[in-house]
Amino acid sequence: MGKIFRSFWFIILGELVSGMFLTLKYMFKKPVTINYPYEKGKLSPRFRGEHALRRYPNGEERCIACKLCEAVCPALAITIESEPRDDDSRRTTRYDIDMTKCIYCGLCEEACPVDAIVQGPNYEFAKESREELFYDKEKLLENGDRWESVLSNNIQKDKQFR
Amino acid sequence: MFDIFYNENFLAFIFIMLKIIGLVVPLLVIVAFLTYAERKVIASVQLRKGPNVVGPFGLLQPLADGLKLFSKETIFPTVSNKIVFLLAPMVAFSLSIAAWAVIPIADGWVISNINVGILYLFAISSLSVYGIIMAGWASNSKYAFMGALRSAAQMVSYEVSIGLVIVTVLVCVGSLNLSDIVHAQKSVWYIFPLFPMFIVFFISALAETNRAPFDLPEDESSLVGGYFTEYSSMLFAMFFLGEYAAMIMMSGMATILFLGGWLPPFDIAILNQIPGFIWFAGKTSLMLFTFLWVRATFPRFRYDQLMRIGWKVFLPFSLLWVVLTSGFLIIFDLLPSSV
Repeated sequence: MGKIFRSFWFIILGELVSGMFLTLKYMFKKPVTINYPYEKGKLSPRFRGEHALRRYPNGEERCIACKLCEAVCPALAITIESEPRDDDSRRTTRYDIDMTKCIYCGLCEEACPVDAIVQGPNYEFAKESREELFYDKEKLLENGDRWESVLSNNIQKDKQFR
Repeated sequence: MFDIFYNENFLAFIFIMLKIIGLVVPLLVIVAFLTYAERKVIASVQLRKGPNVVGPFGLLQPLADGLKLFSKETIFPTVSNKIVFLLAPMVAFSLSIAAWAVIPIADGWVISNINVGILYLFAISSLSVYGIIMAGWASNSKYAFMGALRSAAQMVSYEVSIGLVIVTVLVCVGSLNLSDIVHAQKSVWYIFPLFPMFIVFFISALAETNRAPFDLPEDESSLVGGYFTEYSSMLFAMFFLGEYAAMIMMSGMATILFLGGWLPPFDIAILNQIPGFIWFAGKTSLMLFTFLWVRATFPRFRYDQLMRIGWKVFLPFSLLWVVLTSGFLIIFDLLPSSV
């Protein structure tokens, strides 16, 4: 019986016809497209996008120039130079991230003892030249100021899992 | 000095020219929108949206594509044979347009109602392999050459089974005239008695027009772009238009041979009120949709599988059906009177 049915199925090109009807069924389903850039997908609080250097609420920068991020960075994208400041606290004089080297692994963020360097939710920072992607301290702090509310919110949300 | 303008032949010439323009211009517009339809159909099968930015529902997308191709530079490979390279897309394009001369769009709406219309169609579609061979040879590139070889072998193989399918229809009609073939289907469309032949014809038409799943000549994964790898700008656009015009032509041929051309499905007064070309266009669009539908469904064949199906399955099968059909017609004395 199975053999007869199989031969019949072969003669009426059953596999092909059922495949065609499957695609026809799919044709009337709703598209799953997200109309980027008008609509955007939801991001996890752990999303690793553009870097930012954060500040304390009183405006003091968090980074203490411990250079853990520089040491852990597998792509050697981070360069830090530091010097004692006038008030004898140790701060960075230079904090560069080469975004063309960065592999967005998030290790710098994990290594940071004071939550200074973080990776924010921004992924739309395409630039027209390489030079624009060599971020310096000023640019990173500016990112931190720009995204601070989102960044602190994300860190808050993720705190219990750390 | 204006005598020649009042010449009867000249007026006839003008009239024919107008008819040709009246056919070719809408045809090219339809070709343009067929590319749009293809992208939309395949997109919706894959749960995407397809072009939706240029104009309402992306309807102006084919225009944008055309403009883009117009503004591109035509690149001639240094090692190519320039004349043949330039000639190949013209041959491919003009042949696929030329085939439309004999297609009856409605009763009497045909540019040239010749008595061997089906043979003419067959000859033109066989000739179109030359455009591809020329392109492959003149490009002087491995990919183009392999694509052209594949295409030539494939088109020749499947023409054999298409020929036998046409023979089956012809023994039922008793005429090679395309309008007569449609008129003979007044009582019943040939798709019903000759359904297996319709399937063979459709699959062979896919192979003949190099469409998926038989699009080996333009197999991206192994041949880059096949025979038009080296082509760019308008020369490429001409191949593209030619391919889609050939697709419409094969759909039109299927409509005429099996789906009763411009005839409505039932011979009722209300359906007869609808002009013939609308029926023709509707049936052809249905066939075209099936072309796109098949492309969205099936993966590409391997080359030896393609050849095996062509020679070892379709050829014996259609030959058997030619014998069966003619035997049936002789036994029951149903052979058309004009034979």
